[in-house]
Amino acid sequence: MKKPAEFYQRDRRWHPPAFARDYKTSVARSPQYAAISLENTISEITGPTFGHNDIDPIDNDLLSNFAQADQSPIGERIIVHGRVLDENARPVPNTLVEIWQANASGRYRHKKDTYLGALDPNFGGCGRTLTDTDGYYYFRTIKPGAYPWRNWVNDWRPAHIHVSVFGSGFAQRLITQLYFEGDPLIAKCPIVNTIPDPQAVEQLIAVLDMNATIPLDTIAYKFDIVLRGRRSTLFENRLEGN
Amino acid sequence: MAQKLDYLKETPSQTAGPYVHIGLSPGDAGFEIYSQELGRDIAGPNARGERIRVEGVVIDGTGAPIKDVLLEVWQANADGIHAHPEHPGKVEEGFRGWGRVITDFETGKWGFDTIKPGPVPGRHGIIQAPHINLWIVARGINLGLNTRVYFEDEEIANASDPVITTIEWEHRRQTLIAARSMRDGKPVYRFDIRIQGEDETVFFDI
Ligand SMILES: [Fe+3]
Repeated sequence: MKKPAEFYQRDRRWHPPAFARDYKTSVARSPQYAAISLENTISEITGPTFGHNDIDPIDNDLLSNFAQADQSPIGERIIVHGRVLDENARPVPNTLVEIWQANASGRYRHKKDTYLGALDPNFGGCGRTLTDTDGYYYFRTIKPGAYPWRNWVNDWRPAHIHVSVFGSGFAQRLITQLYFEGDPLIAKCPIVNTIPDPQAVEQLIAVLDMNATIPLDTIAYKFDIVLRGRRSTLFENRLEGN
Repeated sequence: MAQKLDYLKETPSQTAGPYVHIGLSPGDAGFEIYSQELGRDIAGPNARGERIRVEGVVIDGTGAPIKDVLLEVWQANADGIHAHPEHPGKVEEGFRGWGRVITDFETGKWGFDTIKPGPVPGRHGIIQAPHINLWIVARGINLGLNTRVYFEDEEIANASDPVITTIEWEHRRQTLIAARSMRDGKPVYRFDIRIQGEDETVFFDI
């Protein structure tokens, strides 16, 4: 059994701050007090584990997981694939990756979405998978459309896929968004621009990956995800009581 | 020039947005797609310990309940053991200790059923009072918020809990204590989360 080890502290300047004036919803939903720094205990180092009993093989195929027989959703057929790594560049195996997205016209299958873009009867818009032993994952889906939203009067979200990842400890829990290389809306987006460092933004832009495309079938984008790394257990960090 | 460190940078967070339910709880978004949704049963049928309910609302800086929140739960069993290979000890068959729940679209209320966790080992051999870790995401929350639920009836354990006592502002500590009452013979703990403003809940940078 591996000895539990703490995670490296989160670089809060790399993440968006809670309060971001140009993303209006954050104004009343941002804590004003500083978060209390807490050294990891067993409650943060551990986290839920998932197995193949939890999901079905079709769950990572958004082209078919909601489509009627012999039909498929409208839109550009894409593969999104990559690895989940930690800050030590080690793969994170067997971890749950969940995604959700709008359809090709920018409409979400959600009872609260009233955008006039059409619903696609063959597209649900969500998928999930477990990384393999190398931390590798992939999804088949369609490229989502841009959509307008109420922030400033005329804001449009760049095409994006929402991504949720677990890792091995609750302290690694992360939700982010994947954008697509070359999209001119990325630079204009108030949600993207909550991230202060342009290099950090680049980490969210999936890159066209011609080597992974399937001829006459599906184009591909590569998107690696990095979760917090762990301290080496060579140095005793005095985490006791276990 | 010095050598280069070859660490990677953590992927930056982005808000979960208003439609987080599609991905993590599609039944709540209004459609069935998966044969099973995850996080519905935290304790399972075999868990020992007191069966409890924890519930509340999440309140924004204007005083209004937030109606598009998703919360995740992480806790130990009644013996203080987490269902994780790195936590020595065994949990009951079916005990997961993890769950997810959303706030009601109309009322903003959330709630989950579980068992009351036991005390958990802490750093330097100091025991932590029973607690449940919560992770809160929503539209407008740029990085998930971490907090902990402690229990009103654990006064003695709470008084020496190494996390609670780390909070310098003693009057803020009570934002982490859930109030206990009985409903139909079952204990219910009330835990309202105030994101901002007066009585703002203590959040942790873990
Ligand atoms: Fe979105």
